[in-house]
Amino acid sequence: MTDSKYFTTTKKGEIFELKAELNSDKKEKKKEAVKKVIASMTVGKDVSALFPDVVNCMQTDNLELKKLVYLYLMNYAKSQPDMAIMAVNTFVKDCEDPNPLIRALAVRTMGCIRVDKITEYLCEPLRKCLKDEDPYVRKTAAVCVAKLHDINAQLVEDQGFLDTLKDLISDSNPMVVANAVAALSEIAESHPNSNLLDLNPQSINKLLTALNECTEWGQIFILDCLANYTPRDDRESQSICERVTPRLSHANSAVVLSAVKVLMKFMEMLPKDLDYYGTLLKKLAPPLVTLLSAEPELQYVALRNINLIVQKRPEILKHEMKVFFVKYNDPIYVKLEKLDIMIRLASQANIAQVLAELKEYATEVDVDFVRKAVRAIGRCAIKVEQSAERCVSTLLDLIQTKVNYVVQEAIVVIKDIFRKYPNKYESVIATLCENLDSLDEPEARAAMIWIVGEYAERIDNADELLESFLEGFHDESTQVQLQLLTAIVKLFLKKPTETQELVQQVLSLATQDSDNPDLRDRGYIYWRLLSTDPVAAKEVVLAEKPLISEETDLIEPTLLEELICHIGTLASVYHKPPSAFVEGSRGVMHKRLPARTGSGEGTECPDVGNAAGGSAPEAAPSIIPSQGDLLGDLLNLDLAPPTTPAVLLPLLGGDIGGSPAMGAGFGAAPAVMPASLNAPVGGGLGDLFDLGGGVGMPMGAYIPPKTVWLPAMKAKGLEISGTFARRAGVIQMELVLTNKAMSVMTDFAIQFNRNSFGLAPAGPLQVLTPLGPNQTIEVSLPLSTVGPVMKMDPLNNLQVAVKNNIDVFYFSCQYPISMLFVEDGKMERQVFLATWKDIPNDNESQFQIQDCHLNSEAASNKLQGSNIFTIAKRTVEGQDMLYMSIKLSNGIWVLAELKVQAGNPNYTVSSGTRRDR
Amino acid sequence: MINSLFLINPSGEIFLEKHWKSVVSRSVCDYFLEAKEKALEPEDVPPVIHTPHHYLISIYRDKLFFLSVIQTEVPPLFVIEFLHRVAEMIQDYFGECSETVVKDHMVMVYELLEEMLDNGFPLATESNVLKEMIRPPTILRSVVNTLTGTSNVGDTLPTGQPSTIPWRRAGVRYTNNEAYFDVVEEIDAILDQSGTTVFAEIQGVVEACVKLSGMPDLTLSFMNPRLLDDVSFHPCVRYKLWESERVLSFIPPDGNFTLMTYHVNAQNLVAIPVYVKQSISFFECGSDGRLDVTVGPKQTMGKTVEGVMVTVHLPKTILSINLTATQGSYTYDNGTKLLVWDIGKLNPQKLPNLRGSLSLQAGAPKPEENPSLNIDLNIQQLAISGLKVNRLDMFGEKYKPFKGVKYITKAGKFQVRT
Repeated sequence: MTDSKYFTTTKKGEIFELKAELNSDKKEKKKEAVKKVIASMTVGKDVSALFPDVVNCMQTDNLELKKLVYLYLMNYAKSQPDMAIMAVNTFVKDCEDPNPLIRALAVRTMGCIRVDKITEYLCEPLRKCLKDEDPYVRKTAAVCVAKLHDINAQLVEDQGFLDTLKDLISDSNPMVVANAVAALSEIAESHPNSNLLDLNPQSINKLLTALNECTEWGQIFILDCLANYTPRDDRESQSICERVTPRLSHANSAVVLSAVKVLMKFMEMLPKDLDYYGTLLKKLAPPLVTLLSAEPELQYVALRNINLIVQKRPEILKHEMKVFFVKYNDPIYVKLEKLDIMIRLASQANIAQVLAELKEYATEVDVDFVRKAVRAIGRCAIKVEQSAERCVSTLLDLIQTKVNYVVQEAIVVIKDIFRKYPNKYESVIATLCENLDSLDEPEARAAMIWIVGEYAERIDNADELLESFLEGFHDESTQVQLQLLTAIVKLFLKKPTETQELVQQVLSLATQDSDNPDLRDRGYIYWRLLSTDPVAAKEVVLAEKPLISEETDLIEPTLLEELICHIGTLASVYHKPPSAFVEGSRGVMHKRLPARTGSGEGTECPDVGNAAGGSAPEAAPSIIPSQGDLLGDLLNLDLAPPTTPAVLLPLLGGDIGGSPAMGAGFGAAPAVMPASLNAPVGGGLGDLFDLGGGVGMPMGAYIPPKTVWLPAMKAKGLEISGTFARRAGVIQMELVLTNKAMSVMTDFAIQFNRNSFGLAPAGPLQVLTPLGPNQTIEVSLPLSTVGPVMKMDPLNNLQVAVKNNIDVFYFSCQYPISMLFVEDGKMERQVFLATWKDIPNDNESQFQIQDCHLNSEAASNKLQGSNIFTIAKRTVEGQDMLYMSIKLSNGIWVLAELKVQAGNPNYTVSSGTRRDR
Repeated sequence: MINSLFLINPSGEIFLEKHWKSVVSRSVCDYFLEAKEKALEPEDVPPVIHTPHHYLISIYRDKLFFLSVIQTEVPPLFVIEFLHRVAEMIQDYFGECSETVVKDHMVMVYELLEEMLDNGFPLATESNVLKEMIRPPTILRSVVNTLTGTSNVGDTLPTGQPSTIPWRRAGVRYTNNEAYFDVVEEIDAILDQSGTTVFAEIQGVVEACVKLSGMPDLTLSFMNPRLLDDVSFHPCVRYKLWESERVLSFIPPDGNFTLMTYHVNAQNLVAIPVYVKQSISFFECGSDGRLDVTVGPKQTMGKTVEGVMVTVHLPKTILSINLTATQGSYTYDNGTKLLVWDIGKLNPQKLPNLRGSLSLQAGAPKPEENPSLNIDLNIQQLAISGLKVNRLDMFGEKYKPFKGVKYITKAGKFQVRT
């Protein structure tokens, strides 16, 4: 007897017939009818019209029939909420049934019915089930809380279900514990800051106990939850590792990978000289290798994770190269991942094997794979210097095969090899040139043109070769066009006599006949360079190129650390932080690996610290709007032949200065200022008072603490933090640059966008020595206030572009307005009085400074340190009234009245300004 | 957690959908079908696909796609493992996993899926527990059910469920108590043109069929457990005892299960039971080539190699072939260019050979790629790693069980490059 019979239709219409059968008196017939309905539902047919008839079958003592009706209800209740109410009574009754299976079934089904009215009735039965004597019911109820939270989060909180759920973590039954953890984790995902899973050594101990006894799925939930905990010290870390290690031998690969995550994270806290550390490293390799003998889909996820693990700790798998050898019937997605890991593991010790394999792969059928294999040979050459020669000869062999895509791919990688080892392998150029005609892919053509241009002096017929490309200039892709332009300019600079005509031709093609702005701009730059100062042009275009390093394809260390904390998740498959792509993860917190802390040190908890404080500085640097992008384009111009920033920056300044003469038409600006000025001034004053402390503190301007303006994650490893200060009448931007990337950073330059007060760097950024990995440098940049002006929102916002040899980065920061208060801001008494009266009322604003425990004298002293001058003071009815003046760097005066009442920590400030003469 | 499941046949038709949370429109599958169109072979469809609102995680098994839809950050391995369980469950219940079988038992599959997940959290995935909740179909039972009106759905809670040994039910009774263990080893190897081993490893598995009454507590020990340095166990195995004494101590599930899998590393020397002498060559000009393959026994530990089969994916430009085999027979499918030579038992005195000419399509260039040879074989009564079971002891029950161990070695992914 098969279910296919349920799909036969009759003339009268299926629905009609089913209706009749559902209302039949015979139990058997009813059941068969419900089965037919379910069968239709599973293939996606709409049988919602039968809702009342099916619900009528619910009152039955036949469990199978009941289950079938429940299945139907779950699917269609949402579309028929009023009818669904009919079912409530049966549910409530079933929740009292003596059979635990039925109790659990009822509460489980009710949670799946996503109708508000029903959820109200669910609360009472659910509360009972959470305390049920039977663990099967309790574990079902735990999941039900998560369901209910998904439908109505407020209700769950109001009813106190979250606390009950937390209590279940201490349940005697491991399955209940696992489900409670799973439910809490899911709820916590939508409430990142709720701190639902309050992990402490006691609860961790309970979880570890449950870990040994619960099902494989429960183990995954518990391990993932453990991974969020930060042990207090290395001893606790070690003891957790010891208890998690047995999970590495589990048959379920998800358990294994979750255990690997916990170990990778907690290992970070162990001292490297500990014996246990070495043991642990050894234990990690076999389970990872075993994952590779599983089904291809599992292999894929495992490989993506192994890719992260070998970057973080290459020592784990360094002897296991062979397991990553590709089999010809592996699916393509597995092949490509294996190849990537082979290159990461390649070292002097195993390079011979790796090369032999790669050469084998280059003769396979699959084009994508072959290309990647060829590329891999190039990467090996760059990574393992000793092998470069062998790699080059392998590539030459491959070029001899004349297989089109192999040749093209080989030429692209040989270009990179030239850049890594200059003046070593140029003898092969002749062979490459033979294949010029067969190149039809832009990347290969561009690479070949680059080679011809770069080594023009060694290629006799370089001009002919380049000329041949020039014929179809407009049909080429941008990449090739740009490369061709640069190559011909290089050629011209090397052999000026014979190629004058050629260079003129390409310059006119690029600047006059092209609509591509990149190409046009590059063309103009070359043109002007060549026409104004050929010597400078030579220095710029033929400058020494930085060597490329093998680490270019590595993941940024900060990102890698975060991804290691997410091993086994989607983030690890995509190699992106979860915040970058997971929908509905409202404000996911960034996870970090724990820092090493010795046993003696207190309960410092870096993870929590990051979670709480981490989000604020992260959010502060807002995205720079379109002007920033424009800047980027200008700075970014022509990265291939490195032009020095010195050439480009004046250009940039000219461009910005040339736009609307805001500096000159200054009169208009202050008129709009008073209203919006209040906020930042107020904030600034608050900060000034905030310094707190006793009376008679040393004088000096207020300097806010340094904050991170540009996190390393956003700037390819460059972290910038800093603050502003006014020292001896000069505004200083004090920067701390930290290099968190693997490569050396050089060529720093800084530029500001137009801003409210015309702040601009008074000189270049003084970073003279290259910044090595993990080095930090402090720089102080003097600022002038004569730059171009544009009103910003907030007023004291400053958008900054920082460039180094890697890229251009943007961030924005806010400077304390007090930095702009000039030293000659003390107004004459008479003038003050006259001006004060002169200020229209609507230019005046008031606010309160809370909780300031200074007397008026101390306050006055302190403010003077920041160039806020007290002009007069009088005492009225026990209140001290201070009258003060401030002059901003752009000549605006601000007058203020400060009311201080002895014993009242709250000050009142009224301030106003008017247009200055 | 897992939101929905779709079963899709190779032609892209969705024939079953199941939702554990809110209903997700089946139009999400379009993203998957698009990726499927792009892939050359069904095996090449990427297992994780990102769509604007969901993630699609899929497996391809038994010529069916199992596609799950998830909405939040979930460990993908967890989902993939679960999908394989679904496939195994269907196989276990209905004897095979195919579109026809699922369609024939649509309602039961649907009921089973409902038992396996709750709100996307796994609920009951152990075959023993499931079988108590929903009994597998048998002809006899369906007849009885029709006559008596009883159903396939169990109405009491499975006994193993709430206990700490969820894999075993209470009250198991057999008249013949027996426990059988199969040690199956597969050789994964890549040999290069000259016959040198590029890479070789052994994937081993101990399959058990235990039909013992009551709550038996078993201990299995090996003669040479040191061979096994990389193992994964069924949850029933007590890991602590393995760590300290290198014995497998466990209360077994009832019936068939995989006790453990192991892996003998590439570092240890792996014995390669056969050698292959081959040459596939094409003449530089003209449209002809030659194929010559000989297979012979190598390190067989004195056992006979059986079921030898050589599979070759010939280049696409081959027009026809004309070969003679000294032993066994060959088949060639001109559509897929698949040459299969079924040899059977290897006779060391008279080595089997396959030779002859290949002709290319007129004007086609000499093929660039080299076809690899895939070898299949099996050796009875031998675990090629040398692993041997020492003894099996039973505690906790009084009766004397019948015990048996069988060894077999097979070729896994055994490839010879040319």
